[in-house]
Amino acid sequence: MSVTPTPSGDGTVLFEFLQRMGDNALILGHRLSEWCGHAPALEEDIALANTALDLIGQTQLWLGLAGEVEGKGRTADNLAYLRDATEFRNVLLVERPNGDFGKTLMRQFLFDAWHLVILQALRSAADKRIADIAEKAAKEVAYHLDRSRDLIVRLGDGTAESHRRMQEALDELWPYTGELFIGDTGDAELAAAGIIPAPESLKGAWDDVVGETLAEATLKKPADGYMHKGGKRGVHTEHMGFILAEMQFLQRAYPCATW
Amino acid sequence: MYAQMVKTDGTRVKSLDDMEPEERAFQQRIEAGQKIEPKEWMPEAYRKTLVRQISQHAHSEIVGQLPEGNWITRAPTLERKAILLAKVQDEAGHGLYLYCAAETLGISRDEMYEQLHSGKAKYSSIFNYPTLSWADIGAIGWLVDGAAIMNQVPLQRCSYGPYARAMVRICKEESFHQRQGFDILAKMVKGTPAQKAMVQDALDRWWWPSLMMFGPSDDASVHSAQSMAWKIKQNSNDELRQKFVDQTVPQADYLGLTVPDPELKWNETKGGYDFGEPDWKEFFEVIAGNGLCNAERLGARRKAWDDGAWFREGLLAHAAKAEARRTTAPAAAE
Ligand SMILES: [Fe+2]
Ligand SMILES: [Fe+2]
Repeated sequence: MSVTPTPSGDGTVLFEFLQRMGDNALILGHRLSEWCGHAPALEEDIALANTALDLIGQTQLWLGLAGEVEGKGRTADNLAYLRDATEFRNVLLVERPNGDFGKTLMRQFLFDAWHLVILQALRSAADKRIADIAEKAAKEVAYHLDRSRDLIVRLGDGTAESHRRMQEALDELWPYTGELFIGDTGDAELAAAGIIPAPESLKGAWDDVVGETLAEATLKKPADGYMHKGGKRGVHTEHMGFILAEMQFLQRAYPCATW
Repeated sequence: MYAQMVKTDGTRVKSLDDMEPEERAFQQRIEAGQKIEPKEWMPEAYRKTLVRQISQHAHSEIVGQLPEGNWITRAPTLERKAILLAKVQDEAGHGLYLYCAAETLGISRDEMYEQLHSGKAKYSSIFNYPTLSWADIGAIGWLVDGAAIMNQVPLQRCSYGPYARAMVRICKEESFHQRQGFDILAKMVKGTPAQKAMVQDALDRWWWPSLMMFGPSDDASVHSAQSMAWKIKQNSNDELRQKFVDQTVPQADYLGLTVPDPELKWNETKGGYDFGEPDWKEFFEVIAGNGLCNAERLGARRKAWDDGAWFREGLLAHAAKAEARRTTAPAAAE
């Protein structure tokens, strides 16, 4: 097994990055699966389950590699089920509650647009293990983005009510998008080593997709005001504890059990 | 059965001699094992019975998402979560094929939803029972999908083409579901005493409702006789229940579980098990809407529909706008 050495010599910053990728997928997949059986159309139930399924599959890959890089014998399941909220590294955007279907779709779109840009960049990562995961995930996420983008346009430019709901969703979620593009010293180290793109560098491509889509949807792009952050370093919203209480229940209640 | 006690509108099964030439030709085609296709002539009662049966089956698939969906966010491992998500997605897909099959008979999906939401159309009694532990997810796959397969395998030979073809596709997936459910339990019974107890508790609660899925004995039912004459039903409820018990009891033994029926006993002469009667009073209460989860299940489906109205209207409005733009500015659209 060849482990690409990271700039800091140990795997800490890489471990950190891999958890971020895995946790974003895990928490968003969790939120989507809350819709199961409650979506506004049968086709949407199927599509949401499909997206959630892709995200859980990606979680297994990212967190599996994270555990390997950490080198302490932790599996993807150990990381998903036995870390507490402060150890989770997902952005705040993905832990936002589902709200109405419009909010769920807007959250999905804003995330998908970023997700595809970063995965496309990661396909040429200097670490082949990362490039391989990104290659597979990018194909899935391209489809997620096609879908969420299309629905944003149709609902933005639909009835007065669907327009209002989509604008409201956009305004509410916008302050959670800034975090996606803020790098820290670990990001800078990995970027310098050609392992990841610098988070800041993804903003241009994201702006293009989001800008075009919102224009076509006749939605007004909010001004870039104050942005929330913290998830990437483990400081979450109050929602996170409840997500984990639910998700980790069996592993916590029956610590010696295998399933 | 996902379709229980489907009525046929008739008071007796007609003989060939009683039929007008058109209906006689239809009946003879069925008896010759030919498939009836959507555009072909069919007796109105045949059409109505199929709409009832297929829509009830479709409603069961989509209401069935709810009890299992209840555990997706709490699945104990990432792999189990993915398997359950995929299963529930399959069930929604089954609903979709079945609604499409019913639509070939001249009813729209929206009309069928309306019948579900108003309580006019039924769905399987089984989905009105709660999922209380992770073992219930295993038990549903093993027993509920297992019972569904018993019913659906013969339906692959049903006389109505679109329904028979939907069943072929669905049956393949249901067998996966059954194996996956069994696998959940097989893993748990090898686990801690608490896990094993959870599995036994799940069997205790799901055994009788699973036997009720086949419906009460229909040996004397005119509806059943008519459905059989039309080949939209191939076996009696008791036959299927017997087959299910005979198949399932050895599996319960293998898992080291006790089937909660003191009357259960191997009968050498008949080559099958003797077993007790389900509580049919409970069954009829559940069918009538009085089960533990009826109000919640139907309420959840109604709420999903009502809350989603703006979404569906938004999509329709956009489609109309896009169409208008295309027709008023044909050059720009090219
Ligand atoms: Fe199904
Ligand atoms: Fe199934």
